[in-house]
Amino acid sequence: MRIEGKGRIDVSTPVKFSFDGQGYTGFKGDTLASALLASGVKLVGRSFKYHRPRGVLTAGSEEPNAMVEIGRGAAQVPNVRATVQEIYDGLDAYSQNRMGPLAYDLLSVNDLFPNFLSAGFYYKTFMWPRAFWEKLYEPVIRRAAGLGSLSGKHNPDHYEKAFAHCDILVIGSGPTGLMAALTAALGGADVILCEESNEFGGRLLSEDEEIDGQPGAEWVASMLDALRDTGRVRLMSRTTVTGAYDQGTYGALERVGLHVNGPAELPKECFWRINARQAVLAAGALERPLAFPMNDRPGIMMASAVRSYLHRYGVAAGRKVTLFATNDDAHRTALDLMANGVEIAGVVDARPDANAQGDYPFFAGAEVITTKGRKALTEITIRHNGSEQKIATDCLAMSGGWNPTLHMTCHMNSRPVWNEEIAGFVPADDAVPGLIPAGACKGTYSTAGCLAEGVEAAKQALSALGGKTPEVEIPQASDAVGGSKPLWLVSGKGRAWLDFANDVTSKDIKLAAQEAFTSVEHMKRYTTQGMAPDQGKNSNIGALAILADATGRAIPETGTTTYRPPYVPVSISALGAGAQGKGFAPERFTTSHDASIERGAPMITAGLWYRPSYFPRPGETTWRQSCDREVNMTRSAVGICDVSTLGKIDIQGPDAGAFLDFVYTNMFSTLKVGRVRYGLMLREDGHVMDDGTTARLGESHYVMTTTTAAAGEVMKHLDFVQQCLRPDLNVRFISVTEQWAQFSVVGPKSRDLLNGLLDAPIDNDSFPYMGCGEVSVMGVRGRLFRISFSGEHAYEIAVPSRYGEALYRQLVTQAETLGGGAYGMEALNVMRVEKGFITHSEIDGRVVPFDIGMDRMVSAKKMCIGKPATLREGLKETDRPQLVGLKPVGAVKELTAGARLFSAGADATRVNVEGYTTSVGFSPSLGHFIGLGFLKDGPNRMGEVVKMVDHVRKVETTVEVCSPVFLDPEGEKLRG
Amino acid sequence: MRIKCPLCGDRDSREFTPMGHETYMNRPDDEGWSPAWDNYLHLRDNPAGVTRELWYHGAGCTSWLRVERDTVTHDILRVELASDAKRGNA
Amino acid sequence: MVKLLAKSPVEGLVPLEINGLTLTESGLGPVTSVAPYAGQEAAASGALKALIGAEMPSPNRSTGREGARVIWTGAGQAMVVGADVDASLAQHAALTDQSDAWVTFRLQGQGVEDVLARLTPLDLNPGVFKTGHAARSQLGHMNAVFLKVAADAFEIMIFRSMARTAVHEFEIAMKAVAARAALS
Repeated sequence: MRIEGKGRIDVSTPVKFSFDGQGYTGFKGDTLASALLASGVKLVGRSFKYHRPRGVLTAGSEEPNAMVEIGRGAAQVPNVRATVQEIYDGLDAYSQNRMGPLAYDLLSVNDLFPNFLSAGFYYKTFMWPRAFWEKLYEPVIRRAAGLGSLSGKHNPDHYEKAFAHCDILVIGSGPTGLMAALTAALGGADVILCEESNEFGGRLLSEDEEIDGQPGAEWVASMLDALRDTGRVRLMSRTTVTGAYDQGTYGALERVGLHVNGPAELPKECFWRINARQAVLAAGALERPLAFPMNDRPGIMMASAVRSYLHRYGVAAGRKVTLFATNDDAHRTALDLMANGVEIAGVVDARPDANAQGDYPFFAGAEVITTKGRKALTEITIRHNGSEQKIATDCLAMSGGWNPTLHMTCHMNSRPVWNEEIAGFVPADDAVPGLIPAGACKGTYSTAGCLAEGVEAAKQALSALGGKTPEVEIPQASDAVGGSKPLWLVSGKGRAWLDFANDVTSKDIKLAAQEAFTSVEHMKRYTTQGMAPDQGKNSNIGALAILADATGRAIPETGTTTYRPPYVPVSISALGAGAQGKGFAPERFTTSHDASIERGAPMITAGLWYRPSYFPRPGETTWRQSCDREVNMTRSAVGICDVSTLGKIDIQGPDAGAFLDFVYTNMFSTLKVGRVRYGLMLREDGHVMDDGTTARLGESHYVMTTTTAAAGEVMKHLDFVQQCLRPDLNVRFISVTEQWAQFSVVGPKSRDLLNGLLDAPIDNDSFPYMGCGEVSVMGVRGRLFRISFSGEHAYEIAVPSRYGEALYRQLVTQAETLGGGAYGMEALNVMRVEKGFITHSEIDGRVVPFDIGMDRMVSAKKMCIGKPATLREGLKETDRPQLVGLKPVGAVKELTAGARLFSAGADATRVNVEGYTTSVGFSPSLGHFIGLGFLKDGPNRMGEVVKMVDHVRKVETTVEVCSPVFLDPEGEKLRG
Repeated sequence: MRIKCPLCGDRDSREFTPMGHETYMNRPDDEGWSPAWDNYLHLRDNPAGVTRELWYHGAGCTSWLRVERDTVTHDILRVELASDAKRGNA
Repeated sequence: MVKLLAKSPVEGLVPLEINGLTLTESGLGPVTSVAPYAGQEAAASGALKALIGAEMPSPNRSTGREGARVIWTGAGQAMVVGADVDASLAQHAALTDQSDAWVTFRLQGQGVEDVLARLTPLDLNPGVFKTGHAARSQLGHMNAVFLKVAADAFEIMIFRSMARTAVHEFEIAMKAVAARAALS
């Protein structure tokens, strides 16, 4: 029911929305909860286990009942709190956790058998038969007990992540936060002020209260002007700070586009990482519900929420309101409602010595002992002076006092401290480094106290930053603290709910204690108390007070469970923003990418790079046909392949040779200028890290190549070696992977092709095998290396990347006129397997030089990284799996990579494994499959027939062990 | 978590990768395999309290850093360039 | 003979203009990394000053001006941008041609920091990161060099092969910021 002239909503802007398919009208500034209450809708959801009718309990993010689904289809969002969701034209909301219409939920039958669903019910009931769990019990339980549902589709909405930095972060914008922000800004700090709601001001917007003689909301407006005037405050509304992390890092969730029907580019939410040198926690306090029998009916609400709906949204939560409290808030609520023409049917105060503060039916020392009304509250029964009395009412506002919102102070392992005076937990001292709690979240409940503490906290933060502290006048305000007497449980018949969201009652807590789950952490897990989306914000303190009572301990002794981030639920979409699809990792493209695509090449990824798999020609219907043709073409004429993705590192300095000698197993200081050498690089544990060629371009200038996969790792390793082990070596290096576009030109006609493009022709004397040097290619300065990964007479030619695409196109065109063309990764792989050249398929991190027949490459003349570890016992035993070639000799001709090797007569079981295959391919040169693998004592088993079994692909092939070099073992082609 | 790189300043942890205890800076002199090498490669304390580790500022200036921090409180007590520490300049 | 044609990695992808913010490429001029040898830092800086009028910058800074700028790019390393570096400097420092290794974007307009706040963990608040300041950090998952060149403009250097991803990320962030601006 709307009260005319009341609230901060914009009545000139009506907003149409729907709930469960029914159309409603609210106003701009309404939450879904306030608009529904204004429309008289009290039943908004069903409870988790018992499917009891539930209504709005609170007016904030702590809401345990009013959770809804927003939208339908792929972007459907479940478990949205109606008390947070602002309405906009076209908002489409649905109640959740029901079967059939909300008012006639078929699963509410659960409520008739509450004893079956008490604490530990699942553990006790569904133990056996074990096999029933997955197939029967779990699906049924999940259907019945649950919250919202997901669409199961990719979310098409845009979410984002962002970073923010400030000197002082102020969390919360009530009286404490506003004063802290102003003081901090006046002290010269850059400030971020985060407010969870759509408007700044905190409780001041929900109370009838004056500051400095001004109505609270007007004072808030003047404070916001003052904050803006400083030019130092970034105001972030709709932003909940969700977690405190190391070194002043805070997580915050901003609702950017959830309150509008915005364009696709508008993020729904933004997850902020805020880096703050100091922070002030001014998060306020949350009102404590009361546990009395049947306290969960729609219409039973927090007293503070009733005032929020009245003052902020102009909504009377009922027509005939009753109140039940242990403090002055009930009276305040009654007075505020009466002032706006709402009937008060009774104020029930548990304190025997309380007095009425206005003209309403008053019951001191009384308690509500039960309630009535199936879908909404119709009546309460109170116990007063030993007798019972019924009162007709449609809204019962309750208040059991307040709990400081200290969650953030516990995010780095601090435990809160019990304060007897306020009968609540308060933050421990220095709980989070650099986070200063102030105001209600520290247990200071008077407005005057909050204003003063806000100023004080900001001064403390400024001092910590080494700045000056300004003089700030503290405004006049009420110093009433609203003293509360704790009341943890009202005795009586019927269940008293604690955790509304998870349907945990006082009986469940007592049962847990009775069954020896007396630790608060055990009780939580046994009963699921505090494990719902509200994370026990409403119920934890009440639950542990009942546990304390049931176990005969005091509350501080019982302790509290751990508050962990996030403070409110954070959608995975926000946490993972930017990482969907192409945002997951950068894509790296070679300069020849477009040319390869034009030739129809399917691309495959190599790390982050895209490389062509093969180049189909007309008439070729399978990749094998293209691959075979590319191998034959290259071995008979000339093939072109982009090899720019290999890592290239430019190494210079007087000690460059010595540095390379230290990181490679073999010698590089002795390499002649203009020559290239293959190098083997080890980890310090003696295992192979990477391999590649290094060219000596000048006396103190080398360029190293790494494999595509290990380029980044090798760079990091070189940095480590130079900075942490050998800073004495005068050497400098930098990646030039991106600087040079490099192409292999492979095959008997490679030199002919190059001589058509080079400005000065080359011959076998100027560029012998493993020679290198500068060349001029079509007027561009480039580099030429005579190296081969195929066994053919081959070169790699490099030009600055801007010319890469043009050169690649030239090379391929020329190759085609010579009977050759482009080849892809498949052909490259076949040709290197034919030659027994290794890649990271072989050097997979478990292999030492001995295993790949390169033991002699570990120079005896010098120390190098990894050398001592290669001398370890066991690393040169012949029964280690060692590199061999494999070829099929039986009826089955197929080889697969990753298969296991067994002796011919052995069973193909784990204990008999003698090796494995690493790389395979069909060799068109030889006309059959070939493979590389590792076999125990392999080099001494040449000619032996063994069994290859691929248990996954179900392939079993008889293979002969042979040399890993299948083609041209003498290397005659290389030197041609 | 944030680390104050001596060159780049205060930076988010995503720019760094940890390697392990600073022991890795002190490579044994033994030419062959020895207990010193075994210690160097394999044996580490796991202190609850102050320790010194190597971190790589790979997404920043590419410096290796020696970071003294408390594994219990997560306080970072001191950060220096590993090359300075190795040269004995730190 | 045909000449080899040079091609920019962002050909056809930039310029972009979204709500007053522009993303352009800052040319294909020369870029040379300069890494002074041990004990040669002062000599290298002096030689550089004599050659192009700008010395080696201290960490997180740049020297010179548009046309011949020296940008700090890491431990013991700077990049000379927009001017050729004479080989005589090689006696003091390792020189490496980096002209083709990077694509340099220029992002300019009001609220440029808001766009970059979605892409980098760097603190680019105007009071902290001023014109002439340089930093190594990340743009999304990509290593990058950031240089503030004017009150409302940054140059961002990204590895050439990732140019398309960079444009894609810039565009998403620019559109999101524009959509937010349209809200108020």
